[in-house]
Amino acid sequence: MIRLGVPSKGRLMDKTFDWFADRGLTLSRTGSDREYAGAVDGADMALVLLSASEIPRELAAGRLHLGVTGSDLVREGVVNWDSRLDVVARMGFGQADLVLAVPAAWTDCDTLDDLDAVAAAFRAEHGHRLRIATKYHRQVRDFLRAAQVADYALVDSQGATEGTVLNRTAEAIADITSTGETLRANHLKVLSDGLIHASQATLWRSKTAGWSEAEQAEMRRLADRLAS
Amino acid sequence: MIPPATRTRAIALLDRFAATGAQVVQPPILVPAGPLLDLYGEDIRARAFVTQDPLRGEAMLRPDFTVAIAQAHLDAADGPAAYAYLGEVFRRQEDDPDRPREYLQVGLERLGDADRAAADADVLASIAAALRDADTAPATGDLGLLIAAVDTLDTTPRRRAALRRHIWRPMRFRRLLDRFGTAVVPRPTPATTAPLVGLRGAAEIAARHDALAQDAATPPLPGQQVQALQALLDLSLPMDAAADRLAALTAALPGLLPAVERFDARRRALAARGIDTAALPFAPARGRSAMEYYDGFTFTFARRDGGVVATGGRYDALTTALGGGHGVPAVGGVIRPGMLP
Repeated sequence: MIRLGVPSKGRLMDKTFDWFADRGLTLSRTGSDREYAGAVDGADMALVLLSASEIPRELAAGRLHLGVTGSDLVREGVVNWDSRLDVVARMGFGQADLVLAVPAAWTDCDTLDDLDAVAAAFRAEHGHRLRIATKYHRQVRDFLRAAQVADYALVDSQGATEGTVLNRTAEAIADITSTGETLRANHLKVLSDGLIHASQATLWRSKTAGWSEAEQAEMRRLADRLAS
Repeated sequence: MIPPATRTRAIALLDRFAATGAQVVQPPILVPAGPLLDLYGEDIRARAFVTQDPLRGEAMLRPDFTVAIAQAHLDAADGPAAYAYLGEVFRRQEDDPDRPREYLQVGLERLGDADRAAADADVLASIAAALRDADTAPATGDLGLLIAAVDTLDTTPRRRAALRRHIWRPMRFRRLLDRFGTAVVPRPTPATTAPLVGLRGAAEIAARHDALAQDAATPPLPGQQVQALQALLDLSLPMDAAADRLAALTAALPGLLPAVERFDARRRALAARGIDTAALPFAPARGRSAMEYYDGFTFTFARRDGGVVATGGRYDALTTALGGGHGVPAVGGVIRPGMLP
């Protein structure tokens, strides 16, 4: 039976349930509110409720056939994701941008070219590389490597990342933002070419899962509905 | 896993290097991450296995031998020395699951030799001799020519420094060259009411605005120098034929002459060791985007199908960075026995 992984709580779960309902599949939690078990009505499918951050790993390992999670989490968590997962549908909610931001008062720094030059001068002045706080290490590093920016260092920040500049543990940040409100409140601005990834909730299909004949047939039956 | 036959071959190569008088050394596998991060930047994290030592901080499984050997030489030795080594290196693979994460390198490093041309030629000749029975072909380069060309451009020290910093990053180098080759549109200093947060101070921001204003007032690079630099980047000829072309380029870039003389001295040293410089491929930019930042002579030995069996080059600047400003002449090369045909 096709195993579908869905975020186990919050707005992301509710929106996911709505999205499937619009396509004729009723997802529901079974048992109590605290129990992470679920059911799918309208398809030969098992519902697996788990943390959105674990879904990429489970898809890549083939323990889920289908899964809903943010594209940022897949890019961060699954090396070579495009050889292991297919996009079935971009679901149109959960939008969030992974961006590179610097202090708004850096009037001399609006682009990656500027950041590269600033990093060189900063290193010469302070004796260490310009620090960028993030929890999205892989995406930020790939992005800056592709842009051939030098003289920066990534420092790990698992929360309150916007505050690291004020607290002087970083000079710049790379983080998820949806409205930019928190960035502004912390006196930061996004570089004009600093969009690393525009993320949204996405339905993924695992290429590494074992797809039996019956599972493939069921997936073909649902394919048009899910891809629209 | 490394096949036993590869290990046997590697031991034979090491014995050969040791027989030339090189001291056999065994650097540690687990090395502190700090010096490698300082040298290579964040990119090294994508290519090396990083681990956490609870007492000493971040550590790496050695991604190469060169840094450890150069550091040990700088800490201990005075005077020239030759080192040979054999062992595993470890590289993370994020793109190709079939590429090995763990493989053998057999190498030779020469540190402190004042006669750079002779040391360059010795290392290439030693590796050529070690690979004599393997079906591989050498090719050479010289990043020292590119660096010298940049240093001789008729422009501001700041622009030369910016280009030099990106010698090893072709795309950014190209963009800088394009920008410096045309008139810069002055950039207004925007007003802001945002309070300044973080470690980078107002004086640093003001200094960069000054630098940008000065840069906008700088005349474009002379067209013939940009063309000569481009010709240098594109040059790819047998070494002897390249010598004539390089001599011609000194018309537009007179400051290139000492580097061309170094190239010629090396060419003669190679010929004196029986290397056929009339056939030896040469392109100044070869080795430019390798992780190892070479700043002079570079070389590779490749199989007929293109697989690279050996690489090497001169890395004086790396020893300067490791030695806190005091470097020594340094050149070396490694063979990957697992890549032998």
